[in-house]
Amino acid sequence: MLADFTRGERTGALVILGTMVVLGLAMAIAGRHDLLGIHGWIVFGISLALTFGAIRQLDLPEPSPERLSEYYDAPTRTGLILTLIWGVVGMGAGFWVAALLAWPEMTFDVSWLSWGRLRPIHTSGVIFGFGGNALIATSLHVLQRTTRARLPDALSPWFVLIGYNLFCIIAASGYLMGLTQSKEYAEPEWYADIWLVVVWVVYFFIYMRTLARRKEPHIYVANWYYMAFILVVAILHIVNNLAVPVSFGSAKSYSLFAGVQDAMTQWWYGHNAVAFFLTAGFLGMMYYYLPKRAGRPIFSYRMSIISFWGITFMYMWAGSHHLHYTALPHWVQTLGMAFSVVLLVPSWASAGNALLTLNGAWHKVRDDAVLRFMALAAIFYGITTFEGSFMAIRAVNSLSHYTDWTVGHVHAGALGWVAMITFGSLYSLVPSMFKRERIYSQKLVEVHFWLALSGTVIYVFAMWNSGVIQGLMWRTYDETGTLSYSFIDSLVAMHPYYIARAFGGLLFLLGALTALFNVIMTIRMPAIGMAPEARGDLPAEPVMQAGE
Amino acid sequence: MPFDHEAVVGFAKSFGLFYLLGLSAICLAWTYWPSNKKGFDEAAKMPVLEEEDRPWR
Repeated sequence: MLADFTRGERTGALVILGTMVVLGLAMAIAGRHDLLGIHGWIVFGISLALTFGAIRQLDLPEPSPERLSEYYDAPTRTGLILTLIWGVVGMGAGFWVAALLAWPEMTFDVSWLSWGRLRPIHTSGVIFGFGGNALIATSLHVLQRTTRARLPDALSPWFVLIGYNLFCIIAASGYLMGLTQSKEYAEPEWYADIWLVVVWVVYFFIYMRTLARRKEPHIYVANWYYMAFILVVAILHIVNNLAVPVSFGSAKSYSLFAGVQDAMTQWWYGHNAVAFFLTAGFLGMMYYYLPKRAGRPIFSYRMSIISFWGITFMYMWAGSHHLHYTALPHWVQTLGMAFSVVLLVPSWASAGNALLTLNGAWHKVRDDAVLRFMALAAIFYGITTFEGSFMAIRAVNSLSHYTDWTVGHVHAGALGWVAMITFGSLYSLVPSMFKRERIYSQKLVEVHFWLALSGTVIYVFAMWNSGVIQGLMWRTYDETGTLSYSFIDSLVAMHPYYIARAFGGLLFLLGALTALFNVIMTIRMPAIGMAPEARGDLPAEPVMQAGE
Repeated sequence: MPFDHEAVVGFAKSFGLFYLLGLSAICLAWTYWPSNKKGFDEAAKMPVLEEEDRPWR
């Protein structure tokens, strides 16, 4: 890594790492009577290990000026591997918590194996670990290819990638210890939140600095989506995590918001995390890798622009649909509902745009599992956004809210849309990034595709059934006007669906493991142009000697 | 004007409405402006161009 750094960047890296060693030690000392201290030692240990690693490479020769005539893809390569590792961790945790819901005794009375601590490892692991690393890795690739400019330096992308993964580690280890600020998808405590802001600002500046060096006059639409993702996630993250720590030696903090304001801020954040983390960023991925793989430009570039502004205008207002029938003013609920319904227009414009791009290339979709991943992602994007708009309607929400229908909806989006477009992009990116001729096994991609599809379908149908049954049982009254079913009755009715859901999740996890194996084997194949040396530069054995 | 619930609602329902209407109009006009078509068509080709895979400088 340090071989790519100039003398100045190496000094910069050492200064940053040295600062982090000191900060980690300070956290460890100030928080010695608190769980903060353990995080201090984690930061200290990781920073110290990186410092030693950096010092060992400090005297490597400076990178040659010829590197400037090539793109800088090393952070993307590492990011792709981290994506798969976090994918396995996050989906593995997901399978485990799904199994816990069916067989709750599997906590074995160990506090850190309890459902409440493992569940955020699943959500953060897949959203931030898997999704976030995929977005960072692909955005740096798309940014350079569409601007035809190299990243401005080598230090800042590595700072973003390593810093971001440090945040993920702090988050996940904190959950196991019971550290949470109890905000969904924003569980990490104040010090991790501040660290993420620093990382995120550097990420945004990489984008701005590379755009400033571009040759193409027009900024390709994928970059708009990626930039909306970076900018809006920064705003959401900062506002929702405004909090006052008990002391600098304590991991505990108290939110600036209380009561219904807290709920509104949280779901303004929560729904826009879906909008800008899990939608805008991955749309950026789709608008680059899908046309590239299909070999056809996007069906309507103009429609992609309309979708972009539609999504950025309207998603911001949709969060209050999470708070129907609460203390939130009625008109704010209605506002969220109205914007959620109108959102169907830009959402379907994007889904339709993707599918119309494939119109005329369906034979490629049939033959190429990688493109099929992307096509399926577009279909699931269309299904999920329709379902989401529908569920945001107050009357529908009265049935669906607090039930497994919501969980099914989220997973139609997360498995069907986010993970499918990620795997598709990843498979199409890995061979060229690692300079291999092809992916190790096309058959295994095919196996992964069908594992992922069947896992998603089993999961989503199980949760739809379970959710609607739950919702109906909770609102069934007898002739005397009392509820017909107790909560436990509904729990018993859900049990078979919970087993089915865990099985669907297991299939999806097996698919992710297949992808990890396939990518590792691809990297282990000889590079393009290296093949003869790898086989040994020897004359062929003669089949038969003369005179035999 | 006090900064209370009524004031915020009034602001949202007046300024907010016209702000979003205006933004939508500007966005639609810019996207469908005839002279912008050529640039968009060229931009759409960007991912599928088979150029040399290296930066311009």
